Amino acid sequence: MGKSCEIKLLGAAPSHFVNRVQFVLNLKSIEYEFIDENLNCKSELLLTSNPVHKKVPVLIHANKPPILESLIIIEYLDEVYHDIHPILPSDPLERAHNRFWANYIDTKYFALFEELRRTPGQEGKKEVKKQLDEASELLEEVFVKSSNGKAYFGGDDVGYIDVVLGCFLAWIKFVEKLNKFKIFDEVRTPKLLEWTNRIWSHEALKDAICGSEALTNHYAMLQIKKP
Amino acid sequence: MEKVKLFATWSSPFVKRIVWALKLKNIEYEIIYEDLANKSPELLKYNPIHKKVPVLVHNEIPICESLVILEYIDETWKDACPLLPKDPLDKANERFWAKFGDELVLPSFFGYIMKQGKDQEEAKEATLTHLKRIEQLLSEKEFLSGESFGFLDLAFGWLAENARPLEVVTGLKLLDENSFPNLCTWKDKFLEIPAIKESWPDQETLILKYQEIKESKGK
Repeated sequence: MGKSCEIKLLGAAPSHFVNRVQFVLNLKSIEYEFIDENLNCKSELLLTSNPVHKKVPVLIHANKPPILESLIIIEYLDEVYHDIHPILPSDPLERAHNRFWANYIDTKYFALFEELRRTPGQEGKKEVKKQLDEASELLEEVFVKSSNGKAYFGGDDVGYIDVVLGCFLAWIKFVEKLNKFKIFDEVRTPKLLEWTNRIWSHEALKDAICGSEALTNHYAMLQIKKP
Repeated sequence: MEKVKLFATWSSPFVKRIVWALKLKNIEYEIIYEDLANKSPELLKYNPIHKKVPVLVHNEIPICESLVILEYIDETWKDACPLLPKDPLDKANERFWAKFGDELVLPSFFGYIMKQGKDQEEAKEATLTHLKRIEQLLSEKEFLSGESFGFLDLAFGWLAENARPLEVVTGLKLLDENSFPNLCTWKDKFLEIPAIKESWPDQETLILKYQEIKESKGK
């Protein structure tokens, strides 16, 4: 049992940031206690663990000070549990590229989805979709270079970018259905399309992905709170 | 022979932290100053996504984003002057506060300097709130990174470096000794670190350069 029973993860269903941490915990076969937060009524534990941002995910390991921010949590887990399924490569240059692209996905790529949601009217949405297509094609190039002919961004096994982008897939699929278009397709992003099928059915991701009901509710909430 | 190039501007707080890291680790490099109104083909080639500085080019391979570059430098030249601590929890903590600094403190600080009216008031309030958290971090430590300076000090170095020059030029003071005694002590200690003290532009040059900008804007 050892280290594995000592981990608590504060999370919430529709958060792909939380899903990422779950994915990594599963990949590394680490047992953890999931504390489901109601984001409309945050617990004392969440507010005291993350007084700055009051957000999930929060990882608490063996009652030590909490670790915040999904990417920081992932790197922490990768350093502590370095022997089991490494997430980041060991080479400094490859690590830098992984971190750069994770940052790109978290800032530029996601921002386009937010812009899409907030843009009223079909014409406006079409313009944003064009930018999204360009960005997705860029990620296709990143996939081709990083995977080097293998199954994942991380090569033979799921790596950092796979976790970052993979957990966003539930939201991507939701957006595709809502807008009746494709983000990844056979013509523009063939390799990524294959990758999405592969990662979507990955054993360690399946129970970490949130359901469509939670996403529908989350989308509705965003439309009200941040139109 | 390692070939290291840094694409830079004199004023970017994101560039300066890289300059300090390279100096601290005694890494020889060539610095290329960019005119951001007229970016060089090389910069656009090395950073096509963001088209920004800093870009570190090591043996012809570019690395972008200043915090990513800092970690790359620390992992590649790991023997001289380690920047991040070894303990994973301490590392996570420094990474968190560095991100907080870049996403919240820095924008609100420069917002306060550059905005007017109500926007400026809001930026001031936000900056004071954020600075209180950093002040708290220094309540039991010499430096942000602990007993000795490190990654987090470099990440907040822009604050130490710009506080006085901007105060002199604009009359706007945020690092007040009564409200932020720890930060003020830290600022002075940070600026005395030889690698920091010796890098260009120094405090007096910064004052002159900010003065020029202010005059050219007719403020």
